[in-house]
Amino acid sequence: MAVFWILLSGIFDAFHVISGLVCCSIVSVISHDLLVKGKSERKLAKLLRLLMYLPWELWQIVLANIDVAYRVLHPKMPIDPLVIEFETTLRGEFSLLTLANSITLTPGTITILVDPERGKFWVHAIAKEPADALLVDQTMQRKVAHVFMETAVETRTLYPERTGDL
Amino acid sequence: MVIVNIIVTVLLAAGIFFFLVGSIGLLRFPDFYTRLHATGKCDTLGGGLVILGAIIYHFFQYPETLLVPAKLAFLVFFIFIANPTATHAIMKAAYKTGVKPWRLGEERR
Amino acid sequence: MISIFWVTGILITVVIGLSLYRAVVGPGVYNRTAAVNVIGTKTIALLVIMGYYFERPYFFDIALLYAMINFISTLVFAKYLERGELWS
Repeated sequence: MAVFWILLSGIFDAFHVISGLVCCSIVSVISHDLLVKGKSERKLAKLLRLLMYLPWELWQIVLANIDVAYRVLHPKMPIDPLVIEFETTLRGEFSLLTLANSITLTPGTITILVDPERGKFWVHAIAKEPADALLVDQTMQRKVAHVFMETAVETRTLYPERTGDL
Repeated sequence: MVIVNIIVTVLLAAGIFFFLVGSIGLLRFPDFYTRLHATGKCDTLGGGLVILGAIIYHFFQYPETLLVPAKLAFLVFFIFIANPTATHAIMKAAYKTGVKPWRLGEERR
Repeated sequence: MISIFWVTGILITVVIGLSLYRAVVGPGVYNRTAAVNVIGTKTIALLVIMGYYFERPYFFDIALLYAMINFISTLVFAKYLERGELWS
């Protein structure tokens, strides 16, 4: 918030920067329990893994748009939409948000509903191949679970020493 | 200077191409959910590419002010977060109110 | 270089006109809401390009503000269509 205010006004005086920092810290201390739910230890490692996850996601965005361009400009328009539903074992609020955003930005799928208590996703897929990439391959759930250090969809745990955190 | 002009032109052309594909998908697809597929993905990347071209142009044309590329970079970040969220919100509203998805072989809606 | 920005502005305006068809026709309210969201996003890009064409730096602040207005208004509209009322 303070960064945003500095950007808009463009005044780099010491007075403005310090008052902005004070206001920002007061607001973040007051609303801390509102924003971050669930476990919040090892935040630095999670942030670094999130930064490493972003280039893969940008590449998926480009692939998604090329796929949509192919389906739109093809004279026969090969679409076959279906609604699928699946469960994950992610429970944290921020990890569910990241997975929902990633599903919307990857080729061929958009999230419709998220159930945060059981980790259920309702997803609308535009053809059979993107739906299979989400249901059968499950690369995206595994990558998001790796970023937020939770277990992924398979019943065996990927990081056996972290099962106590759930 | 010519290299920068070529890069900015290529980025702007790619951005307008994705905008055009998104709008043609909005006109051509037979159902509401599939139209949201077209616009929600293509609008985001098209807008990001156009503004990215403007940032690169600004770096080489007016190199003394760095505040404006920071504002535009924040705008790109905001578009990448806000557009999928708005798409998901309107799709959730349509699904809960009972708009039926389209299967292959039906007529246009 | 400035003429390329002018051509870009004209093309974005043409694309906005294309999606205006879906806002007018478009059976039901959901198609029209999606079309208005699309027009808002393209207007943001058009504002940035026009800021470089007219060489006035104030257009970028307006573009940032309109991005937030568009996002918030689409979210509020979707919430109203889902629940039938805003606050329950």
